[in-house]
Amino acid sequence: MVYELTDLRALEAESIHIFREVAAEFERPVLLFSGGKDSIVMLRLAEKAFWPRRIPFPVMHVDTGHNFDEVLAFRDKRVAELGVRLVVASVQASIDTGRVAEEPGGMRNRLQTTTLLDALSEHGFDAAFGGARRDEEKARAKERVYSFRDDFGQWDPKNQRPELWNLYNSRHRPGEHIRIFPLSNWTELDIWRFIADEGIEIPSIYLSHTREVVRRDGMLLATGPFVTPQGDEEPFKASVRYRTVGDATCTGAVESSATTLDDIVAEVAATRITERGATRADDRFSEAAMEDRKREGYF
Amino acid sequence: MSELLRLATAGSVDDGKSTLIGRLLYDSKQIFEDQLESIERVSLARGDQYVDLALLTDGLRAEREQGITIDVAYRYFATPKRKFIIADTPGHVQYTRNMVTGASTADLAMILVDARKGVLEQSRRHAFIASLLRIPHLVVCVNKMDLVGYDADVFERIKDEFRAFAMKLDVTDLTFVPISALNGDNVVQRSGNMGWYEGPSLLHQLEEVHVASDRNLIDGRFPVQYVIRPMSTDHHDYRGYAGVVAGGVFKPGDEVVVLPSGFATTIERIDMFDGPVDEAFPPMSVTLVLADDLDVSRGDMISRPHNQPTVGQDVDAMVCWMADTPLRAGSKLAIKHTTRSARALVRELRYRLDINTLHRVEDAEQLVLNEIGRVALRTTVPLFYDEYRRNRMTGSFILIDEVTNSTVGAGMILGPSA
Ligand SMILES: Nc1nc2c(ncn2[C@@H]2O[C@H](COP(=O)(O)OP(=O)(O)O)[C@@H](O)[C@H]2O)c(=O)[nH]1
Repeated sequence: MVYELTDLRALEAESIHIFREVAAEFERPVLLFSGGKDSIVMLRLAEKAFWPRRIPFPVMHVDTGHNFDEVLAFRDKRVAELGVRLVVASVQASIDTGRVAEEPGGMRNRLQTTTLLDALSEHGFDAAFGGARRDEEKARAKERVYSFRDDFGQWDPKNQRPELWNLYNSRHRPGEHIRIFPLSNWTELDIWRFIADEGIEIPSIYLSHTREVVRRDGMLLATGPFVTPQGDEEPFKASVRYRTVGDATCTGAVESSATTLDDIVAEVAATRITERGATRADDRFSEAAMEDRKREGYF
Repeated sequence: MSELLRLATAGSVDDGKSTLIGRLLYDSKQIFEDQLESIERVSLARGDQYVDLALLTDGLRAEREQGITIDVAYRYFATPKRKFIIADTPGHVQYTRNMVTGASTADLAMILVDARKGVLEQSRRHAFIASLLRIPHLVVCVNKMDLVGYDADVFERIKDEFRAFAMKLDVTDLTFVPISALNGDNVVQRSGNMGWYEGPSLLHQLEEVHVASDRNLIDGRFPVQYVIRPMSTDHHDYRGYAGVVAGGVFKPGDEVVVLPSGFATTIERIDMFDGPVDEAFPPMSVTLVLADDLDVSRGDMISRPHNQPTVGQDVDAMVCWMADTPLRAGSKLAIKHTTRSARALVRELRYRLDINTLHRVEDAEQLVLNEIGRVALRTTVPLFYDEYRRNRMTGSFILIDEVTNSTVGAGMILGPSA
């Protein structure tokens, strides 16, 4: 008998350890759930970590109001299956109460930060699980699994706590919270391999389908309530799928014929463009776009 | 089967560490076009003669400005054989704590040496830290071989010198590869420029090194992390002890002892979400269901009747200090060891270790940031521990400042205080 785990099972074991550690050491954790593939994997890992009991913390959706219907339906179904409490923090409500102002262009990814921080403090959450991965972007490569945030939810990259072995430091003062990233060591390919391996259900927009899109800034954006053709943009029908889901106004689709999970794994393995580069308009503004947003308290 | 290998890299500034990592990512096709375009733009704007692969790994803004790596950064690449996690750590002495952090979880350390400069004080320090943290495998990459005419003698000389030094350390597996990170010689493919080198390429070594046997499969250790009690009608009486196997192999039917109570029982079942398993070994996360109804809680340790960890409140340990305010005899700190949290008093600073010369400074009065020394600690509750050299999971701890809540020390247990 060789006592070896496959890479996926080793990653799973590490993530489960993190979920349990947080549940043991924090008073009020919450799992941030967007309906995206990373948060779907997080939910599955949380389910595994505490089985046969229910996941011992609520999930929270920071709702931009710019949703894909398929994703919302999926969210509600999963939450019901797992019997967990869903908290919805609405960006629209933050706009209506004057906490934030709609940005030119209408993208709401950035506005989510305020809504998120308000909701964390309103509910007294002291730990928030996020699905961020270190392979996503350069600034994330240095972020800890336990990412400490001050009273303002800010991340200070120069002043991070050292993180050694599997010994996590959960100490914080009242008002402070810690973001927890159980998928830190996963890559996009790992996520898809895991989903395929486990046969986890995913919202249909991750698989290839035909949709009307426009080409904008080199990305394919689905036309609909949030995106209307501008200038000389010509809408056309294309066979596409999503690599990430987020604010529908700025999340691009990629051309794809992948109709099964195995197709996706094969496609991601062969892909030559990063997930963010391909599909997130908001990260393209500057080299340091992500670092700046993270300092402000973004996911 | 694809396995996970955790690597730590260390090198002095300009030894070519970033270039090497960039090369590994690039040659294993982990670099995406948009990343490549972005660094091509930067290289072009700076007037570089070639695309600077090092730019791929220098993340934070301050680092971009100063052109150095200042924190541990994690990188990922995969080949059909393995998935690799690289903890990329800065090499300068003022970042020793970052190196220790990156080394704490590594299976293998890659140490870079500039072929023109040979074995420097820094290289020795890196090797020492790797051995202190018990990284089982050490690969010394003699880089920039192109700048010494791919000369075998240069490589052999560095190898001999490094070996001689490493004899003084506890290094079990030490290998050497002559490379040019810039040109890719011996990084992924064996190079035609160094026909005299008979070993495998660097990547080949990383793919083949045997790591599963590095885990402790002898001493059964299971620190209880979380008690699972569903309190639902379906699982009314269910009580499971969740955690990571920190040593040994557990099987249903095994006799076990729970510490601190000392009660003996047997393992009834080992649960996982996908169904019960026949065996649990490090680093699996599982849930143990015991045959008897005992009072077991987080921080307890499940082990075997005839092989138990040491139980004690007085331990000697090597500590790497990570804070601006120094460690002194009399310091009081919070300690986290396995799943136990307690308070600790530094009873004595026995010596400070000069990490460049390995000389013991016996009359040291304090450890400042990035210094390493031997301390005697007393904890408020007993710890269930093993020597760090025997088990990295049950032999390690962190120290936390109770006022700032920062992690201020990394500890490796040597044994009970005399
Ligand atoms: N000629 C040559 N130059 C190299 C080699 N590896 C790195 N360099 C150069 O050495 C300098 C420092 O490399 P870098 O990767 O930034 O070093 P780091 O500080 O260790 O990350 C850069 O100018 C590299 O292009 C090599 O194998 N041969």
